[in-house]
Amino acid sequence: MEALKQELKERIIEVLNLEDITPSDIQDTDALFGDGLGLDSIDALELIVLLDKEYGIKLADPKQGKEIFQSVETMAAFIAENRTKL
Amino acid sequence: MYAINKFINIRKDAIFENGTCVYQNEDEGFSAFMKKVYKERGLAYPKFYKMDDLCKLAFMAADLLLEGDNEKDIALLLSNREASLDTDLKHQQTIQDAAAYFPSPSVFVYTLPNITIGEISIRHGLKSESAFFIADRFPAERMQQYAEYLLNSQKAQKVLCGWVHFMNGEYRADFYLVDSRGLLTHTMEHINEITK
Repeated sequence: MEALKQELKERIIEVLNLEDITPSDIQDTDALFGDGLGLDSIDALELIVLLDKEYGIKLADPKQGKEIFQSVETMAAFIAENRTKL
Repeated sequence: MYAINKFINIRKDAIFENGTCVYQNEDEGFSAFMKKVYKERGLAYPKFYKMDDLCKLAFMAADLLLEGDNEKDIALLLSNREASLDTDLKHQQTIQDAAAYFPSPSVFVYTLPNITIGEISIRHGLKSESAFFIADRFPAERMQQYAEYLLNSQKAQKVLCGWVHFMNGEYRADFYLVDSRGLLTHTMEHINEITK
Protein backbone atom coordinates (compact mmCIF):
# COMPACT_ATOMS: atom_id res chain seq x y z
CA MET A 1 0.00 0.00 0.00
CA GLU A 2 2.85 2.42 0.79
CA ALA A 3 4.33 1.85 -2.67
CA LEU A 4 0.95 2.53 -4.27
CA LYS A 5 0.56 5.78 -2.32
CA GLN A 6 4.00 6.93 -3.42
CA GLU A 7 3.22 6.01 -7.03
CA LEU A 8 -0.09 7.87 -6.84
CA LYS A 9 1.58 11.03 -5.53
CA GLU A 10 4.05 10.94 -8.42
CA ARG A 11 1.29 10.35 -10.97
CA ILE A 12 -0.91 13.12 -9.56
CA ILE A 13 1.95 15.62 -9.73
CA GLU A 14 2.76 14.57 -13.27
CA VAL A 15 -0.72 14.49 -14.81
CA LEU A 16 -1.96 17.61 -13.03
CA ASN A 17 1.20 19.66 -13.72
CA LEU A 18 1.66 20.54 -10.06
CA GLU A 19 4.80 22.60 -10.45
CA ASP A 20 7.11 23.03 -7.44
CA ILE A 21 5.35 20.23 -5.51
CA THR A 22 7.15 16.97 -4.66
CA PRO A 23 5.64 13.70 -3.40
CA SER A 24 6.99 14.46 0.07
CA ASP A 25 4.89 17.66 0.12
CA ILE A 26 1.69 15.59 -0.07
CA GLN A 27 0.63 13.85 3.13
CA ASP A 28 -1.43 10.68 2.75
CA THR A 29 -4.47 12.30 4.38
CA ASP A 30 -4.16 15.79 2.84
CA ALA A 31 -7.37 16.97 1.15
CA LEU A 32 -6.87 16.93 -2.62
CA PHE A 33 -9.60 19.51 -3.24
CA GLY A 34 -10.59 22.66 -1.39
CA ASP A 35 -7.97 23.83 1.08
CA GLY A 36 -5.59 20.95 0.39
CA LEU A 37 -3.87 20.80 -2.98
CA GLY A 38 -6.49 23.17 -4.37
CA LEU A 39 -7.43 20.98 -7.33
CA ASP A 40 -10.34 22.02 -9.58
CA SER A 41 -13.10 20.30 -11.57
CA ILE A 42 -10.86 19.67 -14.60
CA ASP A 43 -8.34 18.03 -12.27
CA ALA A 44 -11.13 15.77 -10.99
CA LEU A 45 -11.86 14.66 -14.56
CA GLU A 46 -8.15 14.06 -15.10
CA LEU A 47 -8.07 11.83 -12.00
CA ILE A 48 -11.00 9.81 -13.39
CA VAL A 49 -8.98 9.31 -16.61
CA LEU A 50 -5.95 8.32 -14.50
CA LEU A 51 -7.96 5.59 -12.73
CA ASP A 52 -9.12 4.23 -16.09
CA LYS A 53 -5.80 4.50 -17.94
CA GLU A 54 -3.39 3.31 -15.27
CA TYR A 55 -5.49 1.02 -13.12
CA GLY A 56 -8.32 -0.14 -15.41
CA ILE A 57 -11.04 1.29 -13.19
CA LYS A 58 -14.07 2.92 -14.80
CA LEU A 59 -16.20 4.92 -12.40
CA ALA A 60 -19.81 3.96 -13.05
CA ASP A 61 -21.12 6.82 -10.95
CA PRO A 62 -19.19 10.14 -11.02
CA LYS A 63 -20.63 10.91 -7.58
CA GLN A 64 -18.30 8.21 -6.26
CA GLY A 65 -15.43 10.58 -7.01
CA LYS A 66 -16.23 12.76 -4.01
CA GLU A 67 -15.46 9.90 -1.65
CA ILE A 68 -12.62 8.34 -3.63
CA PHE A 69 -10.70 11.57 -4.27
CA GLN A 70 -10.71 12.84 -0.70
CA SER A 71 -7.03 12.08 -0.26
CA VAL A 72 -4.19 9.90 -1.54
CA GLU A 73 -5.09 7.43 1.18
CA THR A 74 -8.72 7.04 0.03
CA MET A 75 -7.63 6.83 -3.60
CA ALA A 76 -5.05 4.14 -2.84
CA ALA A 77 -7.57 2.07 -0.86
CA PHE A 78 -10.10 2.26 -3.71
CA ILE A 79 -7.50 1.35 -6.35
CA ALA A 80 -6.16 -1.58 -4.30
CA GLU A 81 -9.67 -2.99 -4.04
CA ASN A 82 -10.88 -2.38 -7.60
CA ARG A 83 -7.91 -2.32 -9.97
CA THR A 84 -8.01 -4.53 -13.07
CA LYS A 85 -4.52 -3.55 -14.27
CA LEU A 86 -1.48 -4.45 -12.23
CA MET B 1 -7.18 60.44 -31.97
CA TYR B 2 -6.44 57.51 -29.70
CA ALA B 3 -3.02 56.32 -28.59
CA ILE B 4 -1.00 53.17 -28.11
CA ASN B 5 -0.19 53.29 -24.43
CA LYS B 6 2.28 50.40 -24.31
CA PHE B 7 3.36 47.42 -26.42
CA ILE B 8 4.93 44.03 -25.77
CA ASN B 9 6.69 41.77 -28.26
CA ILE B 10 7.61 38.20 -27.31
CA ARG B 11 10.09 36.49 -29.63
CA LYS B 12 12.16 33.31 -29.37
CA ASP B 13 15.25 35.22 -28.32
CA ALA B 14 13.79 37.90 -26.06
CA ILE B 15 10.85 39.85 -24.69
CA PHE B 16 10.56 43.54 -25.47
CA GLU B 17 8.57 46.24 -23.71
CA ASN B 18 8.03 49.35 -25.85
CA GLY B 19 10.90 48.14 -28.02
CA THR B 20 13.36 47.65 -25.16
CA CYS B 21 14.56 44.16 -24.27
CA VAL B 22 13.37 43.22 -20.76
CA TYR B 23 14.04 39.44 -20.76
CA GLN B 24 16.69 37.64 -22.78
CA ASN B 25 16.26 33.97 -23.68
CA GLU B 26 19.42 31.95 -23.02
CA ASP B 27 18.65 29.54 -25.86
CA GLU B 28 15.95 27.73 -23.87
CA GLY B 29 12.79 26.10 -25.19
CA PHE B 30 9.45 27.86 -24.80
CA SER B 31 8.40 26.22 -21.52
CA ALA B 32 11.75 26.86 -19.82
CA PHE B 33 11.82 30.47 -21.06
CA MET B 34 8.28 31.18 -19.83
CA LYS B 35 8.98 29.48 -16.51
CA LYS B 36 12.08 31.60 -16.05
CA VAL B 37 10.15 34.81 -16.74
CA TYR B 38 7.33 33.66 -14.43
CA LYS B 39 9.83 33.07 -11.61
CA GLU B 40 11.76 36.29 -12.21
CA ARG B 41 8.53 38.28 -12.12
CA GLY B 42 7.62 36.64 -8.81
CA LEU B 43 4.20 35.57 -10.06
CA ALA B 44 2.08 33.39 -7.78
CA TYR B 45 -0.49 31.91 -10.14
CA PRO B 46 -0.13 28.08 -10.18
CA LYS B 47 -2.79 27.75 -12.89
CA PHE B 48 -0.17 29.14 -15.28
CA TYR B 49 1.54 25.74 -15.30
CA LYS B 50 -1.67 23.99 -16.34
CA MET B 51 -2.21 26.19 -19.39
CA ASP B 52 -1.35 25.09 -22.90
CA ASP B 53 1.48 26.89 -24.68
CA LEU B 54 -0.76 29.32 -26.58
CA CYS B 55 -2.39 30.43 -23.33
CA LYS B 56 0.94 30.72 -21.53
CA LEU B 57 2.14 33.01 -24.30
CA ALA B 58 -1.00 35.18 -24.26
CA PHE B 59 -1.03 35.21 -20.45
CA MET B 60 2.57 36.40 -20.22
CA ALA B 61 2.18 39.07 -22.94
CA ALA B 62 -0.97 40.40 -21.24
CA ASP B 63 0.63 40.29 -17.79
CA LEU B 64 3.53 42.43 -18.97
CA LEU B 65 1.24 44.77 -20.90
CA LEU B 66 -1.26 45.33 -18.07
CA GLU B 67 1.25 45.49 -15.22
CA GLY B 68 0.29 48.34 -12.91
CA ASP B 69 -2.92 49.08 -14.84
CA ASN B 70 -5.99 49.05 -12.58
CA GLU B 71 -8.58 49.61 -15.32
CA LYS B 72 -11.10 46.76 -15.47
CA ASP B 73 -13.01 47.87 -18.55
CA ILE B 74 -10.45 46.65 -21.08
CA ALA B 75 -11.74 44.95 -24.23
CA LEU B 76 -9.66 42.08 -25.61
CA LEU B 77 -9.13 41.62 -29.36
CA LEU B 78 -6.78 38.81 -30.31
CA SER B 79 -5.87 37.13 -33.55
CA ASN B 80 -3.71 34.40 -35.05
CA ARG B 81 -3.45 32.19 -38.10
CA GLU B 82 -3.90 28.68 -36.72
CA ALA B 83 -6.39 29.06 -33.86
CA SER B 84 -5.57 26.34 -31.27
CA LEU B 85 -4.18 23.84 -33.80
CA ASP B 86 -1.04 23.03 -31.77
CA THR B 87 -3.20 21.78 -28.87
CA ASP B 88 -5.86 20.34 -31.19
CA LEU B 89 -3.18 18.00 -32.55
CA LYS B 90 -2.09 16.99 -29.04
CA HIS B 91 -5.70 16.18 -28.22
CA GLN B 92 -6.07 14.23 -31.45
CA GLN B 93 -3.10 12.04 -30.51
CA THR B 94 -4.95 10.94 -27.36
CA ILE B 95 -8.00 9.74 -29.33
CA GLN B 96 -6.20 8.32 -32.37
CA ASP B 97 -6.00 4.75 -31.13
CA ALA B 98 -9.35 3.13 -30.31
CA ALA B 99 -7.56 0.64 -28.06
CA ALA B 100 -5.95 3.42 -26.05
CA TYR B 101 -8.66 6.05 -26.12
CA PHE B 102 -7.86 8.35 -23.20
CA PRO B 103 -8.68 11.97 -24.08
CA SER B 104 -7.20 14.32 -21.50
CA PRO B 105 -9.75 16.80 -20.09
CA SER B 106 -6.97 19.28 -19.28
CA VAL B 107 -5.79 19.23 -22.91
CA PHE B 108 -9.29 19.27 -24.37
CA VAL B 109 -10.29 22.47 -22.56
CA TYR B 110 -7.63 24.34 -24.56
CA THR B 111 -8.91 23.26 -27.98
CA LEU B 112 -10.42 26.69 -28.64
CA PRO B 113 -8.32 29.81 -29.30
CA ASN B 114 -10.58 32.15 -27.35
CA ILE B 115 -9.66 30.33 -24.15
CA THR B 116 -6.66 32.70 -24.25
CA ILE B 117 -9.12 35.55 -23.73
CA GLY B 118 -10.70 33.63 -20.86
CA GLU B 119 -7.38 33.09 -19.10
CA ILE B 120 -6.45 36.79 -19.42
CA SER B 121 -9.91 37.83 -18.21
CA ILE B 122 -9.73 35.57 -15.13
CA ARG B 123 -6.23 36.75 -14.28
CA HIS B 124 -7.09 40.46 -14.52
CA GLY B 125 -10.73 40.33 -13.38
CA LEU B 126 -12.08 41.55 -16.73
CA LYS B 127 -15.73 41.12 -17.80
CA SER B 128 -15.38 43.03 -21.02
CA GLU B 129 -16.01 42.88 -24.77
CA SER B 130 -13.81 40.39 -26.58
CA ALA B 131 -13.21 38.72 -29.93
CA PHE B 132 -10.69 36.34 -31.44
CA PHE B 133 -10.07 36.60 -35.20
CA ILE B 134 -8.46 33.92 -37.36
CA ALA B 135 -6.52 35.56 -40.18
CA ASP B 136 -3.49 34.90 -42.38
CA ARG B 137 -1.73 37.92 -40.92
CA PHE B 138 -2.47 40.47 -38.21
CA PRO B 139 -5.66 42.25 -39.37
CA ALA B 140 -4.31 45.69 -38.52
CA GLU B 141 -6.99 47.77 -40.19
CA ARG B 142 -9.87 45.75 -38.71
CA MET B 143 -8.25 45.90 -35.27
CA GLN B 144 -7.78 49.65 -35.52
CA GLN B 145 -11.40 50.23 -36.58
CA TYR B 146 -12.84 47.78 -34.04
CA ALA B 147 -10.77 49.19 -31.17
CA GLU B 148 -11.83 52.75 -31.98
CA TYR B 149 -15.47 51.69 -32.34
CA LEU B 150 -15.35 50.13 -28.85
CA LEU B 151 -13.79 53.27 -27.38
CA ASN B 152 -16.04 55.73 -29.28
CA SER B 153 -19.17 53.85 -28.26
CA GLN B 154 -18.05 53.66 -24.61
CA LYS B 155 -18.09 49.86 -24.71
CA ALA B 156 -14.58 49.87 -23.25
CA GLN B 157 -12.19 52.35 -21.67
CA LYS B 158 -9.13 50.65 -23.16
CA VAL B 159 -8.56 47.93 -25.74
CA LEU B 160 -5.89 45.25 -25.68
CA CYS B 161 -5.07 44.15 -29.23
CA GLY B 162 -2.74 41.31 -30.03
CA TRP B 163 -1.35 38.66 -32.33
CA VAL B 164 -0.58 35.40 -30.51
CA HIS B 165 1.03 32.58 -32.47
CA PHE B 166 2.20 29.18 -31.20
CA MET B 167 2.75 26.17 -33.46
CA ASN B 168 5.28 23.32 -33.26
CA GLY B 169 7.49 25.23 -30.84
CA GLU B 170 7.51 28.37 -33.00
CA TYR B 171 5.97 31.38 -31.29
CA ARG B 172 5.53 35.12 -31.19
CA ALA B 173 3.22 37.58 -29.50
CA ASP B 174 2.65 41.25 -30.33
CA PHE B 175 0.33 42.95 -27.86
CA TYR B 176 -0.52 46.65 -27.54
CA LEU B 177 -2.91 48.66 -25.43
CA VAL B 178 -5.12 51.33 -27.02
CA ASP B 179 -5.98 54.18 -24.69
CA SER B 180 -7.09 57.80 -24.80
CA ARG B 181 -3.50 58.91 -24.43
CA GLY B 182 -0.07 57.34 -24.50
CA LEU B 183 3.20 56.63 -26.19
CA LEU B 184 2.29 56.49 -29.89
CA THR B 185 -0.65 57.64 -31.99
CA HIS B 186 -3.05 54.82 -32.84
CA THR B 187 -2.30 54.86 -36.57
CA MET B 188 -1.86 52.07 -39.10
CA GLU B 189 1.78 53.06 -39.40
CA HIS B 190 2.45 52.46 -35.70
CA ILE B 191 0.31 49.30 -35.53
CA ASN B 192 2.17 47.85 -38.50
CA GLU B 193 5.50 48.80 -36.93
CA ILE B 194 4.63 47.01 -33.67
CA THR B 195 3.30 43.87 -35.36
CA LYS B 196 5.64 43.59 -38.36
